[in-house]
Amino acid sequence: MSLKVLTRSASDYIRETPHDIHKIKRNLDPKIHPFEKAREYNRALNAVKLERMFAKPFVGALSGHSDGVYCMAKHPKKLTTFISGSGDGELRIWDLTERITTWKVAGHKSIIKGVCCSPVNNNLYFSCGTDKTIKIWNPEQSREEPLNTFIGKFAYSAIDHHRSNSIFATSGSQIDVWDENRSNPIKTFTFDSEMTNTVRFNQTEVNILGSCGTDREIVLYDLRMNSPLSKLVMKTNALAWNPMEAFIFVTANEDQNCYTFDMRKMDCALNVFKDHVSAVLDVDYSPTSEEIVTGAYDKTIRIFNARQGHSRDVYHTKRMQRIFCVKYSMDSKYILSGSDDGNVRLWKTNASEKIGPKDFRERAHLEYSDRLKERYKSLPEIKRISRHRNIPKEIKNAQYKKRIMLQSRKQKEENLRKHSKKGSVPYQAERKKSIIGIAK
Amino acid sequence: MANETKETIEEMIDNINVKKYIRPAEGNLGTKKLKKIKKKGLRSTLERVEKRSEDAARKAANYEILLVEEPGYLEAEGIEKTFNITQKKLKENLEDEVTSLKTFGAYSLDYTRNGRNMVIGGRKGHLATFDWQSNKKGCEIYVKEAVRDVKWLHNELFFAAAQKKYVFIYDQNGLEVHKLKNHIEGNAGWLKYQDTSTGKLVTELRTKLGQCDVMAQNPWNAIIHLGHTNVSLWSPNMSTPLVKMLTHRGPVKALAVDHTGTYMASAGLDGRLKLWDVRTYKCLQDYYTRTSVSSLSISQLGLLGVGWGPHVTVWKDAFKTKQKSPYMNHLQAGTQIQDINFCPYEDVLGIGHSDGISSILIPEANPFQTKKQRQESEVHSLLDKIQPEMITLDPTFVGKVDRASREMLAKERKEEEEGLKNGSKKQESHDNKPSTALDRFTNKNRKIY
Repeated sequence: MSLKVLTRSASDYIRETPHDIHKIKRNLDPKIHPFEKAREYNRALNAVKLERMFAKPFVGALSGHSDGVYCMAKHPKKLTTFISGSGDGELRIWDLTERITTWKVAGHKSIIKGVCCSPVNNNLYFSCGTDKTIKIWNPEQSREEPLNTFIGKFAYSAIDHHRSNSIFATSGSQIDVWDENRSNPIKTFTFDSEMTNTVRFNQTEVNILGSCGTDREIVLYDLRMNSPLSKLVMKTNALAWNPMEAFIFVTANEDQNCYTFDMRKMDCALNVFKDHVSAVLDVDYSPTSEEIVTGAYDKTIRIFNARQGHSRDVYHTKRMQRIFCVKYSMDSKYILSGSDDGNVRLWKTNASEKIGPKDFRERAHLEYSDRLKERYKSLPEIKRISRHRNIPKEIKNAQYKKRIMLQSRKQKEENLRKHSKKGSVPYQAERKKSIIGIAK
Repeated sequence: MANETKETIEEMIDNINVKKYIRPAEGNLGTKKLKKIKKKGLRSTLERVEKRSEDAARKAANYEILLVEEPGYLEAEGIEKTFNITQKKLKENLEDEVTSLKTFGAYSLDYTRNGRNMVIGGRKGHLATFDWQSNKKGCEIYVKEAVRDVKWLHNELFFAAAQKKYVFIYDQNGLEVHKLKNHIEGNAGWLKYQDTSTGKLVTELRTKLGQCDVMAQNPWNAIIHLGHTNVSLWSPNMSTPLVKMLTHRGPVKALAVDHTGTYMASAGLDGRLKLWDVRTYKCLQDYYTRTSVSSLSISQLGLLGVGWGPHVTVWKDAFKTKQKSPYMNHLQAGTQIQDINFCPYEDVLGIGHSDGISSILIPEANPFQTKKQRQESEVHSLLDKIQPEMITLDPTFVGKVDRASREMLAKERKEEEEGLKNGSKKQESHDNKPSTALDRFTNKNRKIY
């Protein structure tokens, strides 16, 4: 007879000294873990509930401007620095870690419409306004006086700096390209338009320049050419280039939507971002180009996944007014918004994310619960909780009205289709609908 | 050269073990099926999921190296037969290893989930708990009334005892914590679910089957098996049994379900011991018993313990093939076996009073856990506690696609809306019909066998 009995020595399970970590033995055999899926679902449910509980996106307001903040620019090289310009002509440079103004100056006599930072020289800042001047500032050299002032013939509406050369572009009645060291523009583009709202340099394909004008047009230019690259007709307020895919840009539109375009194929939008109930005034890509943030006239900020059509989150506060500029911070963890009420507001990109360092176990736990949320996201209870947002009554009402309006418009079109010859009222793709025309 | 052979051996080990870790819900799409999917996005997503689950299975299989403990066994040499070897002989071989408890009377017993603690309840009113491995007594009380059955709650802090009139919950020191007035004697034919973490009565189901002496829980899906003249399967979400199985030509006397939820053993007064597959509800084996069986238990490694009269027999591989002779035999002379129970994760079978040999698995629950660990695991298990609505025949139904037709879904939605309008009326009228998607999953196999 041979006999063996299971022996289990306590030393395999018990730590030797109280300072050791506990020894944990695991048997991963699925057969001894009943209700695996049910427990996982429960964990996902708890995780999604906790996420909504901890969702406190508002970090703080940077106050100081006495008029609305109408333009903002993040520094491409310094993580915590950004500059803002307000309606009374005041410029402020902010330190985000301390949340204080590090430099301020009454730079212009009227509204500042555009600011930008130089990626070439870290200390240079540019501003332009409706007082027909462009000013270059270097707070390190002189705190009160600009380094250089350019006086133009018309009010300027936007300014942006070239990625690698010391040239910048301004928009107004025409697009001017300036060298920092020359008093006259080195190049001028005119395109029979009245007024241009924005001008943006592509940060990857550095010679490409995008602009949008008041008479419903988006125009792309190449610095190496004398005439515009292409022109698209739709009513646009702002434009942002994709930082990873140089040929894609997103536009903030007057028709309450945002559109992404491939600049090689402008007759059809790549994606339509819907959800705002009022004109979208500014848009920015996150540095990884995974997400976009929009600020609108309906006093809300929305964050969209760049590949999806509806917003993943909406931010608002009681006192925040119309939002004229939004920016992602360069680490994509924060969002800055400048609004009519003269405050710059700092928001977290992920509303429930913990700020500050996380230890290994905490991080592992968060990653695990993220996976669980992803896995069970389509189950009704989890979907309901994760989608739930408190929205101001005005926006709720506006959403309701908008829905009815769109429905009736659709119904009208459908009726028309029913009562006309087959094929004479074709269906129009949502991505092409708002494009009025293209010119080469 | 050496490297190559090493790799092939590793691969072989992999192939044997990895299969065990692949979940049935996943990994059932082969590469052939995947290639047939025409939608590019869907295909690549599925491929990614497939690969991830495979990787996870492989990693889990590799983890087995760390599990060093091996199950115990008894092997006969020559003409010896294992069932002739008595406990006395075993004791000679391993004096320190096998522990024994004193006998008191007709006792029922239960082990905690980690197999460390044991509670016994004597018919004449004796309740006691032990840490049986170190022979430490927890508490001992005399309740001066009949104790019919005992059961540990989620850990060794509380246990419940079914006494003469009510069910009581005691704590580790033997203090009466709760008297469950709902669970009352003379209320025959009612199945009542009580949530022990919130104290709420979940449901009361009228079985309409009269008094019930035999109850077993399927550890895999938490379905309750009741033994009357037939075996019926119950979940708290349905007022009628999910399944009725015609098991015996007479009252059922003992029931046991194995921990993977695959097999069920039942014994009845008709002198048969039958083994069932509870997934297909088919009888696998049918044995004759000389006297009626009083208790059954299935170990984690699939040994079947049968208590009859003063005897206990242990059968090996009984579910797979029809066995001619038992694996082990034990006679507790001059007594009647009341209850037998395999201790989880150990080589021990508790028999009302004494001990035997049998099962093992490397424990999931740590048998050596400290106070702090116990507290932590209690909190975690509370956080992961599943709701009674999730007790269904198929515990993996969460997240599966509802394949009901569009008409059926529309009808359900309509009924739900009507139900919301009518309030409580709905519950009465639709008691027996699957009215929601959840119910449909619950009752997928609702049949009578």
